[in-house]
Order: sequence, then structure tokens, then C-alpha cells
Amino acid sequence: MTTLQPPAATGPRQAPPAARRDRRSWTGWGFIGPFVAVFALVFLAPIVYSIYLSLFRDQLIGGTTFVGLDNYQQAFQDERFWAALGRVTLFLCVQVPIMLGIALLAALALDSGRLYGKSFFRITIFLPYAVPAVVATLMWGFMYGTKYGLVGDINGAFGVTLPDPLSPDLVLASIGNIVTWEFVGYNMLIFYSALRVIPNSLYEAAEIDGAGQLRVITAIKLPAIRGALVIATIFSIIGSFQLFNEPNILRPLARNALTTDYTPNFYTYSLSFNGQQHNYSATVAIIMGLITMVIAYVVQLRGMRKGA
Amino acid sequence: MSTPLTTASPAAPAKVPGRGAPKLRTTRRRTAGKPRRSVLLTVLTSLIVLYTVVPLVWLVINATKTQTGLADSSGMWFADDFALWDNIRDTFTYHDGVFGRWLLNTLLYVVLGAGGATFLAVLGGYALAKFDFPGKRGVFATVIGAVAVPGTALAVPTFLMFSKMGLTDTPWAVIIPSLVSPFGLYLMWVFATEAIPTELLEAARIDGAGEARTFFTVALPLLAPGIVTVLLFTTVATWNNYFLPLIMLKDPDWYPLTLGLSAWNSQAETIGGEVIFNLVITGSLLTILPLIVAFLLLQKYWQSGLAAGSVKE
Repeated sequence: MTTLQPPAATGPRQAPPAARRDRRSWTGWGFIGPFVAVFALVFLAPIVYSIYLSLFRDQLIGGTTFVGLDNYQQAFQDERFWAALGRVTLFLCVQVPIMLGIALLAALALDSGRLYGKSFFRITIFLPYAVPAVVATLMWGFMYGTKYGLVGDINGAFGVTLPDPLSPDLVLASIGNIVTWEFVGYNMLIFYSALRVIPNSLYEAAEIDGAGQLRVITAIKLPAIRGALVIATIFSIIGSFQLFNEPNILRPLARNALTTDYTPNFYTYSLSFNGQQHNYSATVAIIMGLITMVIAYVVQLRGMRKGA
Repeated sequence: MSTPLTTASPAAPAKVPGRGAPKLRTTRRRTAGKPRRSVLLTVLTSLIVLYTVVPLVWLVINATKTQTGLADSSGMWFADDFALWDNIRDTFTYHDGVFGRWLLNTLLYVVLGAGGATFLAVLGGYALAKFDFPGKRGVFATVIGAVAVPGTALAVPTFLMFSKMGLTDTPWAVIIPSLVSPFGLYLMWVFATEAIPTELLEAARIDGAGEARTFFTVALPLLAPGIVTVLLFTTVATWNNYFLPLIMLKDPDWYPLTLGLSAWNSQAETIGGEVIFNLVITGSLLTILPLIVAFLLLQKYWQSGLAAGSVKE
């Protein structure tokens, strides 16, 4: 992702070219070498290996054979894969805007300086980030219960019958709520950090022009944090496409709704660990990886170009 | 994979917005300096806080109930008997104290995994910020590019590779992949660029200090707030890790807390399995407490570390 620009290239403390050239040596490798070595082992090697796996097929008769792109062809005709992809796409289109919208409102409220007890708000909204997905899902799962959970309490107290959050129709929304809860504060902090470094001179200029709050937000704040918005969007897209933990942990409570191919990640997991179809599983994973990268790239291009 | 937390792109605020936009000619002038505090805005933001806090409050309240109390009482209020201490004791003694074992495993993964990840990120970030070496651009491009690859694509092949190396079902299978934090590397790079004056390093070298000595005595102390930040975020990533241990570990003796809790939760489903939701809830509370305390106590450090990551005037 090129949004993350190398600070060395723009930093004010950049050493003069002559001095830099002097130090151009292999010394730096002594420091970055260990990182690169582990990175190669746990990032690069698996990627290469997974491409290799996707070109083979393990058959009962004949053992492992090279099949070229057959696995990819199979995946493109695999309805279970497309259904899973459709689900996470729907999730992405609904959950991500809601989550980022709430996070942005919270960040703008913090930045406005008009809140009583600002630091309390900042730390409290951020806290769920420290809660593991497992615990978050267990908590919400208990609360979703129509018998003993909070939903059950509400039903009992008001004599109503709320729809079951874990029914097949609603379970995706319920998962969306859990993910939103987990990451609103995290995204808020990204936006807030970006808002804080807007130079004061811009606000002073706006004040001289007599711009109102809303105008300051649309004309100064939002354009200034576009980079942060794009990055948060990209990470949310990656997160949505990788959805696994929440449905997997919620599954004991909603076995009918959450099938083992509920999300693409869930599907590759079950293919590999329940079905022993490692080669096909790797293929599906690579396709998902490529789709994610393409979408992330498009978002970045569009986000950075807009209004520039 | 850990979710990287990245602050604004350094180049973002450089633009002058509003240029060319029609000037608003209103006579209303806001008073300079601090804006007035608003009750309405505070109340509205409190709604978000409420949403954040309700599940946590629910967890605390329900950790005080017995298994029967859970079923009989309202979720948002206490049951008749206060069983928190009993629950905590039972959590630690159930099944020969396996919860304690999981806690120690988690600590092991955090100390070696998150500690190691932070160490590698600090070294690497320092190298990227203060040295010019062959292949530097390539390293950065590869690391950033790989971040966009979803963890899914890596999980299965990593498992198969580790399985061939005989590493699955050992702590190493969890620790080694935790050692890489691209976000940590990026943050340390930005941080080291800002925090360590190059002249200081030159001076140390002129004084005859070797590279290692220069790093440990001159650079490291200056990097402290950045290190705390990276350490905190890698700790969260390791402490909360679920997917990686799930695929790598079969033996419950090596489970981290997250995997153990999830196993206890699904135990209710198995035939003849004892229903221990009260222990699941109390165990969950015990699991999140250390991290929440760490975030609260170290606020000053990690917030300044994050802010530094986005400062670029």
C-alpha cells in the first residue's frame, strides 16, 4: 500500500545527500536482517507454497498430480464459494459504513473540544479493542439469547417477542453488531489522531471567513483526514473478507444458521481441516487474497484521487 | 494476523482545503480560543459509550452468578447470591486447574511472541530510519504489499509447512508467526525518524562506539514511547489471537486462554458435557482484565506514541 509513505523521504531531518551516500552500506542489514528472515518464513514462504499447492490435486488413485489451473476452474464454478463471498460482500457493504460512520462521528465529537470529560470518552470507546474476539462473541452470544439472555429479559419485561438475533435471517446482522462493537473505538482513534494534526492556521482562516462548524468539518477536517479514512476503509475490507472468528465461535448457538461454508475463510478452514482438501483450500484462499487486494487497491486509487 | 493500526498518511494534511470555495460572508464571528462545551453533544456521544459499556457491565454482573442464577435472574442485575469469589476459585480449580495452565501459556506466547515482535520491529524500524542499505526500498515494498494479503491465504500453507517441520502442536507454532508485526515495523520507522537526531548517532560513532553500542545506549532510550506503543499493540494481538492457535494446536495443554474459553463454551453441547457458563463468563472477565488495566495505566505512553506516528507538520 503506497499510502504509507516512507517518512525518510519527506522528513525534515533528512541528512544531506553526501552524508547519506557515505553510510550506504550493509550495516543496516544487521538490524533489519532478523525481521526479514522471520518475515520470509511466515509470510513469503507460505504464499509461494500456497500457489504451488493450488496447482496440484491429491487423488485417491494416482496420488498427487499436477493439474494446472483446474482447481481455479473448479472454484469459479463452486456455488458454495460464491454464496460465501456474497455474504461477506453484503456484510462489507452494510457493516463497514455503519462502523466507520459511528467512529467518525465520535472522532469529530472528541476533536470539537465541546465534550465534557473528553479523555473519559476517548478511552472508554476504545476499550473493546482490548477485548479478544472470543470474549466479545461469547458475551454478545449470551446476550442474544431469547431465553436467558438480554433479548429474553426484554421480551419478559415488556411482554414483546423480539425476533431471534441468531435466526438465519438475522445472524449476519448480529455478527455485524459484534464486529462493530469491537472496532468502533479503534477506528475512532485512527481518525482522531489524524484530526489532531491539522494545523491550527487552517481553523483560524476558517474563522476569519466566518465558517460554521459544519462547514469547517466538510471543508477542512474531512479532506485533511482523507488518508486515514482510506486506510481505515481498506483495513475494514480486509477484515470483512477474512471474517471467521465471530461466526466460528457463535456456531454452537446457531448451528442451523451458520454453516461450515458461511464465509470464504470458514469454507477454506473446513475444506482443509475437516475435509483434508488442502489443495483446493489453498486455491480458494488465493482467489480470496487476490479479490481482496484488487478491491483494496481500487479503494486506495479512488480515495486518493477524489478531489485531488 | 494482527490488525495494523495506522495513523494518517503523513502527506494528508498538506493540502489547503477550501481554496477556491466561495467565501462565506456571514457576520457571525465565533469567539476565538476554546469552543463552548455542549451538553447536547456530550449526551449524544454518551450513547456510543453506552453501547461500548453495556456488554462489559453485563460481563461483570454475570460473573457474580452461579449457573442457576444465570438462568433465573435478569441479565442486567445481580442475582440473589453473590458468587464471584466462588466462580473465580472454581475457574482456577476446574479440571485440575487447566485455566491456570492456559493463562501461563498465554503469558508465554505474549512474552516471547509480542516481546520478540517488538524487538524485531524496533531493530528493523531503526535500520529503515537511519541507514541506507542495498534493497531498502524492496524490503519496505514487500512488507507493505504482504500486509494486504489476507491471513486466510497464509493459514493453511503455514500449517502444512509447520506440520512438515514438526512444529504443529508445540508453542513454537504460535510464537514464530507472532514474531512479525508489519504495523510495528512501520510505526517504529516513523517514530525513529522523528525521535533520533542523526547528528547524535554521528557523534557516538565519532566517539568510537560500535553500531550495536550506539543502538543500545543512544537510540534505544529515545525510542521508549514508540516501543511501549508497539509492545502494547503486539501484546493485544498475541493475547487475543484465536485463529492461529486454533489451526496449530490440538493438545489442550498448549491452548491459550481464548481457545480454552471457546472449548469450555462448546462443552455444553457435547453429550454428557457439563454446562459451565458461569465459568466461561468469569474466565472471560479474567481474560480481559489484564489488558484493560494495561491500556488504562499506560495511556499516556501509547497515546503519545500513536500521536507521534501521525505528526507531520
